[in-house]
Amino acid sequence: MRKLIYILLGIFFGIVMSKSEAISWYRIQEMFRFQSFHMYGIIGSALVLGIVLIQAIKYFNLKSFQGSDIQLNPKSPSIARYLIGGTCFGLGWALTGACPGPIFVLIGQGYLAFIVVLLSAVLGTFTYGLLRDKLPH
Amino acid sequence: MEWIYQPWPWYVSGPLITLTMAALLFAGKTFGVSSNLRTMCSIAGAGKYSDFFKLDWKNDSWNLLFVIGALLGGFIAQQYLTESNIVLISATTQSDLQHLGIDSKEGYVPTSIFSIEQLFSFSGFVMMVLGGFLIGFGTRYAGGCTSGHAITGLSNLQFPSLIAVIGFFIGGLVSTHFLLPLFLG
Repeated sequence: MRKLIYILLGIFFGIVMSKSEAISWYRIQEMFRFQSFHMYGIIGSALVLGIVLIQAIKYFNLKSFQGSDIQLNPKSPSIARYLIGGTCFGLGWALTGACPGPIFVLIGQGYLAFIVVLLSAVLGTFTYGLLRDKLPH
Repeated sequence: MEWIYQPWPWYVSGPLITLTMAALLFAGKTFGVSSNLRTMCSIAGAGKYSDFFKLDWKNDSWNLLFVIGALLGGFIAQQYLTESNIVLISATTQSDLQHLGIDSKEGYVPTSIFSIEQLFSFSGFVMMVLGGFLIGFGTRYAGGCTSGHAITGLSNLQFPSLIAVIGFFIGGLVSTHFLLPLFLG
């Protein structure tokens, strides 16, 4: 039954992504052309509130509902990894107009071509796993 | 209740994304959607080819449930919560896209490019297959996507996430201003 919560949170997220139009290829184009505030407003307001939330979690040492520590997973220090990996993702983000969450939302919306985008993304992750030891990190 | 059928403004949507992150954090998980791609590889048996996929995926199965939910959420929004899926983007973007031969009145996504038939055209193949590949490769290389770095990582004031987000924009600007005109022009 506890697992149901993740499906419900996913449904909520899918509705928010749809109603905010963040799943739209057109909105992502608008963002990368700096021609509208919409996407910056979404990410910016999520971020400002997120900073407040995470600082509050740290300051008050808040725990999860099960009493465990909140998982904040500090990122390992590196430049190459984040810059090269991030640039690869950015190239794909602007081509498809979707980041990993919206790929699923778009399939649910009936844009079945995004099943192909999803399979390619799985293949991309698999390729990363094969090449990981040879890539600069 | 009429507002629910209209597109939601950024100042409603952004805080609701933070709410999603908060719920996942207090459930003992983290808000990072791209990890599910690694989980899928593990389930499909990729551990035979790389140790990177040797993980107890049952611990990570929650992120698959989350994206199954996201898919259902998209379906619910499309069926019950949307009057029109025409996205009213700015006039400048509309005219920029028109120069690339893209009509901005096709719904959330230009179906003239993103359709199964277009897989066999050069531009369709590049945008769906290469685009998807770069998403999967890049997010795992960078250790996160928009949710993991731009929202969660930056909220936690992680310097690596700032570098990743700068990378997202370098890539996005190159695709938008150089690759798209090249493939579609």
